[in-house]
Amino acid sequence: MKPRVTPANAVVVALIVIMSLLPVYAAATGNTFMMTLFTRIIILAIAAVSLNLIMGYGGMVSFGHAAYLGIGGYVAGILAKEGVNSGFVQWPFALLLSGLFALGVGALSLRTRGVYFIMITLAFAQVVYYVANGLDRYGGDDGLTIQRRSEFGGLVNLSNKTVFYYICLVLLLGAIYLVWRIVNSRFGMVIQGARSNERRMRSIGFPVYRYRLVCFVIAGTLCGLAGVLLANHTNFISPALMYWTRSGDLIVMVVLGGMGSAFGPLIGTVALLVLEEALSGVTEYSQIIVGPLLLLVVLYARGGIDGVLRLRHG
Amino acid sequence: MLYLIEQCLNGMQLGMLLFLLAAGLTLIFGIMDLINLAHGSLYMLGAYFAATLVGVTGSFVAGIALGVVATFIAGMVLEVIAIRPLYGRDHLDHVLGTFGLLIFFNDLVRLIWGPAGLTISLPSQMLTAVQVLPGVYYPAFRLVIIIATLAVALLLYVLVMRTRIGMLIRAGASDREMVGALGVNIKLLYTLVFGLGAALAGFAGMMQAPLAFVQIGMGENILILAFVVIIIGGIGSIRGAFIAAVTVGIIDTIGRAFVPDLVRHFLSYSAGSSAGPALSSMLIYTLMALVLIFRPEGLFPASGK
Repeated sequence: MKPRVTPANAVVVALIVIMSLLPVYAAATGNTFMMTLFTRIIILAIAAVSLNLIMGYGGMVSFGHAAYLGIGGYVAGILAKEGVNSGFVQWPFALLLSGLFALGVGALSLRTRGVYFIMITLAFAQVVYYVANGLDRYGGDDGLTIQRRSEFGGLVNLSNKTVFYYICLVLLLGAIYLVWRIVNSRFGMVIQGARSNERRMRSIGFPVYRYRLVCFVIAGTLCGLAGVLLANHTNFISPALMYWTRSGDLIVMVVLGGMGSAFGPLIGTVALLVLEEALSGVTEYSQIIVGPLLLLVVLYARGGIDGVLRLRHG
Repeated sequence: MLYLIEQCLNGMQLGMLLFLLAAGLTLIFGIMDLINLAHGSLYMLGAYFAATLVGVTGSFVAGIALGVVATFIAGMVLEVIAIRPLYGRDHLDHVLGTFGLLIFFNDLVRLIWGPAGLTISLPSQMLTAVQVLPGVYYPAFRLVIIIATLAVALLLYVLVMRTRIGMLIRAGASDREMVGALGVNIKLLYTLVFGLGAALAGFAGMMQAPLAFVQIGMGENILILAFVVIIIGGIGSIRGAFIAAVTVGIIDTIGRAFVPDLVRHFLSYSAGSSAGPALSSMLIYTLMALVLIFRPEGLFPASGK
């Protein structure tokens, strides 16, 4: 893995430089619009990175990944509503619960393959969605406004937009690094090996199911982190956070950027959300363009943007 | 007791609508091996077509009939343009490609018909209540839905099991390559099956429309339920889809009708009303999860697979 100057690497470096300098631009011009947009992009990119770990590298197409966004967000929101504002409690608890949920879902759904796996992960996410709808005390389907962001005992102030932005950015880069390390470890090799040829991995003697389950839990926990961040960013949670089309959006981000590529999910998230933002300025009906574009990417640019930049096909 | 009968009929009616959606979905899945998330869009499209055509023709029945034809054609056009290249691809490609179509159709409908929903008004004779059992009155239109969808289910059965084209469809489901090799125009067959699925979905949308509202995204929730139905019933099996659809319809309706009262016994009044839909949905998804864990092929797997 020697870094070389390729179009893909250049884009990634440029993107990171721009993202690091955005708050400076915001402070200089007083225009915080881009920073707010990118805070959202960064948070969703963390979710996409986590999905890429299981989908891109592990071949596990989870169609219920938004559930973890919801669980992370709801843990933060519910604790805040009950008067527990400390991030030292909220965050670990959110990650723990997301991980436990992933453990349960993974333990059951990893017994199935292919389309059944897609559908069962979707089904579990829908259950969480309806549970959130039924949480009357926490707003039901109207959602819940969070009065105060997580507090870290005066260490950092999340209400400061710039501080929050940089925290998200650091967490995103940390997440990408973590996934990169996992993928290039022995563990990651087993996961990728199981994607290409499960039977062979099993006959070599690897307990593929357990490896996959651990991988699934890591991804779910990481996505739970994105959920906490998202709740803190918008100061609001609602079941819409985990409606099934949100899970679809996450898959789109990963595939658009390039599956199984370290920075692909980031590129995909930036591309999708910036495109939507740009189109929404031009037309009210942006999805008429985004939808067919997606179909074209699926048909002709299977490697996503990352693949195109690397001049790789299929 | 009367309430129970009424709720069972409601469940039956939801089940039949689910069957119409699931039958097309399971045919398309069984034969073309395609996951079609845009199936709910065809459901929505059917309802919009019918709402417009009922307005133009001034007749409910003519509007519905023309609407079914329009959805059939729309489905075939969609297949030729956008679905055909997806055959033989990865399931992830299907999910993504048809997800793209779904969001495309949502905005297309908004562009054509506007963001406000439409309504389909019923002819006056369907607005009355019919005495189905001594002392049990039931809205005529809901009864019409049950009868009409049962008739369509029967027609579908005859079409698939008793006609030449049905034979080709079944043959296509069990061995695609062989059917092609025997000189059947498999491309045309696929297009027809997709159109048939579209027409069934569109018809379901039209039947639901007078009860609810014709609006954008109306097909999204019910699409997921239809997927649950085909998983429970066994992918590719029409009989399985029928039984699973009725089961899911009745569980959902009964859950919504009775769980709230049950919860109210233990908790507050408001907790009951919000927990009902949540619990009955959970019941359905749990059923699906159980089926997948213990009988991954579904309860009634398509024979010959």
